[in-house]
Amino acid sequence: MNKFVRAEGLVAPLDRANVDTDLIIPKQFLKSIKRTGFGVNLFDELRYLDEGQPGQDVTNRPVNTDFVLNQPRYEGASVLLARRNFGCGSSREHAPWALEDFGFRVVIAPSFADIFYNNAFKNGLLLVPLPEETIDRLFAEVEASEGYRLDVDLEHQRVITPSGEILDFEVDAFRKHCLLEGLDDIGITLKDEDAIRAFEEKHRAARPWLFRDSAQA
Amino acid sequence: MAGQTLYDKLWSQHLVKERGDGTALIYIDRQLLHEVTSPQAFEGLRLARRVPWRLDANLATPDHNVPTTLKERAEGNAGIKDPVSLIQVQTLDDNCVEFGIEEFKINDPRQGIVHVVGPEQGATLPGMTVVCGDSHTATHGAFAALAHGIGTSEVEHVLATQCLLAQKMKNMQVRVEGTLGTGVTAKDVVLAIIGRIGTAGGTGCAIEFAGSAIRELSMEGRMTVCNMAIEAGARVGLIAVDDTTIDYLRDRHYAPTAEQWDAAVADWRGLVSDADARFDKVVTLDAAEIEPQVSWGTSPEMVTGISGEVPDPAEAADETMQRGYTRALEYMGLSARQKITDIRLDKVFIGSCTNSRIEDLREAAKVARGKKVADSIKLAMIVPGSGLVKRQAEVEGLDKVFIEAGFEWREPGCSMCLAMNADKLGAGEHCASTSNRNFEGRQGFGGRTHLVSPAMAAAAAIAGHFVDVRQLAANDDAQVEEA
Repeated sequence: MNKFVRAEGLVAPLDRANVDTDLIIPKQFLKSIKRTGFGVNLFDELRYLDEGQPGQDVTNRPVNTDFVLNQPRYEGASVLLARRNFGCGSSREHAPWALEDFGFRVVIAPSFADIFYNNAFKNGLLLVPLPEETIDRLFAEVEASEGYRLDVDLEHQRVITPSGEILDFEVDAFRKHCLLEGLDDIGITLKDEDAIRAFEEKHRAARPWLFRDSAQA
Repeated sequence: MAGQTLYDKLWSQHLVKERGDGTALIYIDRQLLHEVTSPQAFEGLRLARRVPWRLDANLATPDHNVPTTLKERAEGNAGIKDPVSLIQVQTLDDNCVEFGIEEFKINDPRQGIVHVVGPEQGATLPGMTVVCGDSHTATHGAFAALAHGIGTSEVEHVLATQCLLAQKMKNMQVRVEGTLGTGVTAKDVVLAIIGRIGTAGGTGCAIEFAGSAIRELSMEGRMTVCNMAIEAGARVGLIAVDDTTIDYLRDRHYAPTAEQWDAAVADWRGLVSDADARFDKVVTLDAAEIEPQVSWGTSPEMVTGISGEVPDPAEAADETMQRGYTRALEYMGLSARQKITDIRLDKVFIGSCTNSRIEDLREAAKVARGKKVADSIKLAMIVPGSGLVKRQAEVEGLDKVFIEAGFEWREPGCSMCLAMNADKLGAGEHCASTSNRNFEGRQGFGGRTHLVSPAMAAAAAIAGHFVDVRQLAANDDAQVEEA
């Protein structure tokens, strides 16, 4: 997994609540059997005016110039500022894959949907929850000053604004550890292989019907 | 000490290890696999030279990409015209062969939507932990199984370790008390719940659905309710075990038999929340107040009763919500205060993991029998949830009812719920859909989805616009009396 320690970057504001994973990456792009290449289709239905197809060359597609990520002032953004319940809907991990592939390292919002939250952290994408009032203020600041950047420091769990204001945020200890070290979950879990085997044996003895190979014919 | 909730019990029965950092290792009994979220997981195993921990815990079937016309399906995988979709389905087949995982392939009569197939086969049992790379895995909670959707990295993690790294959720209870009115179904119940608590109302929680109206539901109805827990933000929906659960499971293919069945049933009887269990949040709805629901917007919480109207954004609770409403009305091509019954439809879709089981088809057929789909409807399609549901419907003659009424009778798959195959809406088309998500573009670029029950969808197909299925039933009764 990609390490995440600290990221400083341009902020793009996506002023919309309940951004769902269908919006982040529409279904036709889920047909890929790879983990990469989703960035050009991130927010496809908002970014382009036509219907996108997987594998299509996007350079000649009609662009929705009103959409925030198409505005020159947000080009190269790596921090996405969003509204409540970001990432709701399906379990598609293609959503964080697309955000990362586009170049986002951090999403800041008042709240995130559960499955998206898990998926993001497994891919080195940091999600920063901040209170709704703070988010309102950040939206206003981003709008007001072109080139607005934030410095996101995972180790100290804080976001530093251009004026030097420090915004503390919460993150689970385990997820933080994995991000800072770039650790592979499976490798960590397999260190507990003996505990899993012992549990499995006990579980099988207590409830053999849960195991098809222990089931009565 | 307070008693345990059903969720607490399922959690502790699968707890391998508390890791001391707020996370725990949870043992997974069943993983369902489909073609969309598994290829990168299998690829990960290959790259790390890992093998699945326990083959018999897994069951696979292609569902999202499969075509639904008989002509295409007759050709098997070769009938998948989209080359990218074909590769994905073929990759699932290849991975299942390579790793030794049981798969119901495209033309196996047991193939279907994973969340229909699992319970139908008895591959979902009470007291199990069930995962799948699909958020609607919440469906299986109807059997008092701890079931939730996971991402592809977690699919790989479960394949490799039979465990998940998890954090305990909060306990939420949603009680629906009283008796549902005639024509009001499980789908209306869950839409009403989402309308009440919102799409983030259950975030971080396992929701247990309880109360007399839930107890009265069939297993099909309970699956519909739990299926949409995720639309209320909760990864997990649960319903306690009772006779309805046990009767459904008897003689299912993977269900235990002989003495193991008796032992299992005795164990399952304990899968209920203790009387003194404490919930972090409780919400109660009066069943009698729930009317047939129709979603008008682009989020499942944007829903109202059939006698209602499209809301005025000016009356939304806050500014963010107001902007959401305005944007939704613009996308949906609706105006504030428009009556729900005035929404005209172009297409009708009856299917999806929410509403494609035999009971759903019976409800729709009851409404469609002897009627004709309105001329203004371009396409009305019925997509059974599995090959076995389709076969059962045909035994009961439901296919003929639908075909005579002008519906298309299709082959099983996810179909127009998310339109990964050829079944989709055109831009601007309004669809009465029994699926679970009305997000922008979900059923096709620019498509406009209205979530409803199977009976309401069938009624809308016949009228060409939304109608109150309760009034249709009353009219039919009156006609019978006259005759």
